[in-house]
Amino acid sequence: MFGQLFISGLATGSLYALTAVAVVVVFRNTRTINLAQGDFSMIGAFVALVLIKSFAFNYYFALAGSVVFCIGLGILAERVVMRQIADSDWLTLFTATLGMYYILHGVAGHFWGRDTKAFPLTFDPTPINVFGGIISQGHVVNMAWAAAIGLVLFIFFKYTKQGIAMRAVTDDPETAALMGIPVRFIVLLTWGMAGFLAAFAGVLIAPIIYVSPEMMDEVLIKGYVAAVFGGLYSIPGAIIGALLIGICENLAGGYLGSHFKTVTAFAMIVLLLAFRPHGLFGIQKRREV
Amino acid sequence: MTLLRLSNLEASYGAVRALQGVSMDVAEGAVVAVLGANGAGKSTTLKAISGVVKPTAGEIEFDGKRLNGMTPNQIVRLGIAQVPEGRKIFKDLTVAENLRMGAYARSDKAEISKDLDMILELFPRLSERAKQLGGTLSGGEQQMLAIGRGLMARPRLLLLDEPSLGLAPIIIADIFATLRKINEEKRMTMLVVEQNANIALKNSSFGYVLQVGRVAVEGVAGDLRQNKEVIESYMGA
Ligand SMILES: Nc1ncnc2c1ncn2[C@@H]1O[C@H](COP(=O)(O)OP(=O)(O)O)[C@@H](O)[C@H]1O
Ligand SMILES: [Mg+2]
Repeated sequence: MFGQLFISGLATGSLYALTAVAVVVVFRNTRTINLAQGDFSMIGAFVALVLIKSFAFNYYFALAGSVVFCIGLGILAERVVMRQIADSDWLTLFTATLGMYYILHGVAGHFWGRDTKAFPLTFDPTPINVFGGIISQGHVVNMAWAAAIGLVLFIFFKYTKQGIAMRAVTDDPETAALMGIPVRFIVLLTWGMAGFLAAFAGVLIAPIIYVSPEMMDEVLIKGYVAAVFGGLYSIPGAIIGALLIGICENLAGGYLGSHFKTVTAFAMIVLLLAFRPHGLFGIQKRREV
Repeated sequence: MTLLRLSNLEASYGAVRALQGVSMDVAEGAVVAVLGANGAGKSTTLKAISGVVKPTAGEIEFDGKRLNGMTPNQIVRLGIAQVPEGRKIFKDLTVAENLRMGAYARSDKAEISKDLDMILELFPRLSERAKQLGGTLSGGEQQMLAIGRGLMARPRLLLLDEPSLGLAPIIIADIFATLRKINEEKRMTMLVVEQNANIALKNSSFGYVLQVGRVAVEGVAGDLRQNKEVIESYMGA
C-alpha cells in the first residue's frame, strides 16, 4: 500500500508543481503573489470541457485550445491589469490578483454554472502495475506530461535567449534594462508562461477533482506552499516542495483517513514558515521588496 | 567629428536635482574622462545617455540622432553600451550567459560569436570560468566580465562607470591597458567616469569635472593634470 500511495501522491504532486512553478516565475519577476493562478487553470479546464462537449474536439486539440486560451488570459491580465500598477507596492499587486480571482470565479459561475461537472477520462481506467504498486494509468500519463513540461522549461531557461533574459530580469531588472533587455516584454512573457502552465495544471487535474469555479482553490494553496519551499525563488525548490506535498498528503490520507489529506498540506506550510521562512533550501531573498 | 553631444542636460530624482545643465562633447574615437566627487551626478549622466533616467530638460545627441525619449533597448541598438557602477553582474547567470545578455539587442549570430571569441581572448580568465556563476567571481574578474558584457553589444560608444572602484592597483592598470587597446584597435569611443582622476586622465585625451550637477572644469587631459584645483580636489597625494 505504501508504494501505491507514494506513487499516486507523486503524480498529484507533479500537477501541483505546475502551479507552484507558475507562482515562482511570476513572483520573482514582478513581486506579485498571483492569487488568480488557480483560476487561470479553472478557466482552462472549462475551455477544454466546452471544446470537447460542445465542439466535439478530441482531447489533444481541446488541451491545445486551452493552452492557447490561457496564454492569452495571462497576457491579458498583464496588459490590462498588472502593467497599470507595476510600480506599486506588493500589497496593491496582491490585491489586484485577488480582484482577478473573484472576477474569474464570477465569470465561470455565470457562463458555466456553480455545479461540479465531470471531465471525460482520456485514458484506460484499468490500473497498471508499476514497481509493485497498482496505480491508474492516468497518474502515469500526468507524471509524463509534468516531466515533459519540466524539460521544456529547463531548455527554455538554460538555452534560449528569452529564457536567459527572463532569469536576468529576475536577477536585476535595472541592469537588464541597461543591457537593452526589454523588461516589460519579458514580464509579459512571464505572465504568458503562467497561463501556459495554468492550462496544463487545470486540464490534467480536471478528471481527478472535476470542474467547477472552486476546483483550483485548494490546489492554488498547495502550489503556493510548494513555492514557499523554494523561497518563492527557486524552481527546483518549488518542484521538490510540490512533490513532497503530494506524497505527504496522500500518505496521511491513506493511513490516517481522508480528513487528514488537506490538513497535512496546511500543517506543512505552518511548519515551514515557522522554521524555514526563506524556504527549505535556505535560499535568501535576494532583492528588497 | 562629435559622436555624442550633451546640451544643458537636466535630470532629477524627485526633489533632488542631480543634473543642472550638463554639456559635453565626445569626439568619435576619443577616450573622455568624467571626474567628480561622490554625488556630483556622474552616474546620472551615464544613465541619462543610456535612457534609464529620463532627462527633464536638455538634449542628448548621438551620431546626429536625438536620444531623448528613446528606450534603453533602442539606445543599445544604436550602439551605446554601458558598464555600470559596481559592475552589476547577473550573479545567478553563468559567465557565458552574462556575456550572451550583453548581445541581447543583436541578432547577427556569426558576428556575435566572433565578438565572444575576441573577448575571451582579451580576458582569458573569463574563458576559464565560462560555466561559473557570475556571483562567484572575484572583484577584478567581475569587472572584466562587466566590460566583456558591454563589448558584446559591439558598441560605437562604451560608457564606463568607475571601472577602478574597489580594485587593486595592479588590476586597475591591467584593465585600463585593455581598454586602451580596444580603443586603439577598434577605434571604439569611450566615456569613462572615474573618481581615480590620476589613472583616468592618464588614459584619456579630454576630461570634464562635475560638481553638484554642473561642469565645473573641462579641458585637455594633459592640462587638467596640471590644473591646481583638479590636483587638490581629485588627485589625492
Ligand atoms: N535613485 C536615486 N534616488 C534619489 N536620489 C538619487 C538616486 N540616484 C542618485 N541620486 C542623487 O543624485 C545625485 C547624483 O548622484 P549620482 O549621479 O549617482 O552621483 P555620482 O555618480 O557622481 O556619485 C546625488 O545627490 C544622489 O544622492
Ligand atoms: Mg556614481
